[in-house]
Amino acid sequence: MDELLLRSLTPKVLGILVRRGADFAAAEDAVQDALIEAVRVWPAEPPRDPKGWLVTVAWRRFLDMARADAARRRREELLDAEPAPGPAPEVDDTLQLYFRCAHPSLTPSSAVALTLRAVGGLTTRQIARAYLVPEATMAQRISRAKRTVSDVRFDQTGDVATVLRVLYLVFNEGYSGDVDLAAEAIRLTRQLAAAIDHPEVAGLLALMLLHHARRASRTTADGTLVPLAEQDRGRWDSGSIAEAVEILQAALARDRLGEFQAQAAIAALHADALTAEETDWVQIVEWYDELARLTDSPVVRLNRAVAVGEADGARAGLAALAELDDTLPRYAAVAAYLHERDGDLATAARLYTEAARQAPNLAERDHLTRQAARLNTRRRS
Amino acid sequence: MAKYLLLKHYRGAPAAVNDVPMDRWTPEEISAHVQYMNDFAARLEANGEFVDGQALAPEGTFVRYDGEGRPPVTDGPFAETKDLIAGWMVIDVDSYERAVELAGELSAAPGAGGKPIHEWLELRPFLTASPNVADCH
Repeated sequence: MDELLLRSLTPKVLGILVRRGADFAAAEDAVQDALIEAVRVWPAEPPRDPKGWLVTVAWRRFLDMARADAARRRREELLDAEPAPGPAPEVDDTLQLYFRCAHPSLTPSSAVALTLRAVGGLTTRQIARAYLVPEATMAQRISRAKRTVSDVRFDQTGDVATVLRVLYLVFNEGYSGDVDLAAEAIRLTRQLAAAIDHPEVAGLLALMLLHHARRASRTTADGTLVPLAEQDRGRWDSGSIAEAVEILQAALARDRLGEFQAQAAIAALHADALTAEETDWVQIVEWYDELARLTDSPVVRLNRAVAVGEADGARAGLAALAELDDTLPRYAAVAAYLHERDGDLATAARLYTEAARQAPNLAERDHLTRQAARLNTRRRS
Repeated sequence: MAKYLLLKHYRGAPAAVNDVPMDRWTPEEISAHVQYMNDFAARLEANGEFVDGQALAPEGTFVRYDGEGRPPVTDGPFAETKDLIAGWMVIDVDSYERAVELAGELSAAPGAGGKPIHEWLELRPFLTASPNVADCH
């Protein structure tokens, strides 16, 4: 059975139930039940019309729950009424669902969890495993989130930027449990791009595809990080890169630049270089300048300092770095790298050690410790 | 979306404000304390922020490798209350600020006289396993 097909139908089915008048929280439960039923039944009896099957089963399930829940009279009344066709939706059902699940009233972790379940069609258990929390905790997080956005009405398009932030969070989470969250984020962003014509959605999709294309070469089998310059470029997924570049070029041609398009442009320039030496660092610095104008993020300026160091030499990079706040995350790591390029191995080793102490994750800490050890060994010999 | 360890130990932090040892509380005060901890964990679970909570036996054994073919060496316990790790809680929250807020609440668990203990809890972020996007240099 095609689990992805099943999950890709989730938002459409949920949208139809909500349009028929089911409240969001109950409809979402009903759709989950229908998905589970589909996994059970479809292998032996594949339906001719999968979506129709899911709508029928989910709607029946919703009515069963409404009947059982006599206290909720509003839904009881619905039983007698033939589902109204409803006004032609202003905004596509799927799109509304994305907006609802990323509603600004939700915390980021709630929005992520709700999006994965209601839009992605993942089970609570799968989401809990992916985020390494108990299933009961994840169930509560999702049901609270559903209550929070249950009464939100959508008469107009929501804010695309909030949806993109949620999808990017999912993408960044990496891979634990049996769900590949990066691949799932790409799938959801692709689905969003099909529902709305927006250059930043395209920009985010391109960015994800470009990062994903390098995944196999970014770590060794034992999880050791491989720096960009040392990655085996033959292992980059050229198909994904070509697709991303095409998507990005079409988006950029619209002349509505945003931060995801700019980040994708930088990633595309890296992907475009056959060897690390051929990287067009001058153009990358220009894109970082654009990005700094768009976001004013200190992290962007930190990355810009690295690019300046490559384009104009380590001294120039250090000068760019000197203008930034030295308490920024990864400041010490960037400083270490630039000092090494500048030939000051003692300072670089000391800064790599400091950076390792501040590293937010294990792979990065090990990488930075190894860099410090490499320089210290070289200095002793 | 970050995990933090709330560690209850007695190493290096100043004494709690209300630091009457537990064996000199009334039984009701102990019950109130336990209830507070249980309620706190239940509330975190209802918030979708609870990951784990465990209490530890006070006495432990030190163990180390002693060479090929030899059994591990054990030593201790070196039971000194100032070294005791009493237990921990793991939370999964949206921000450092939220983690601090929750640690503050946990530290308000009632002790002698039913008054908050104001004990020091150590808040430590978990290192995450796999960065996905950031390329390192």
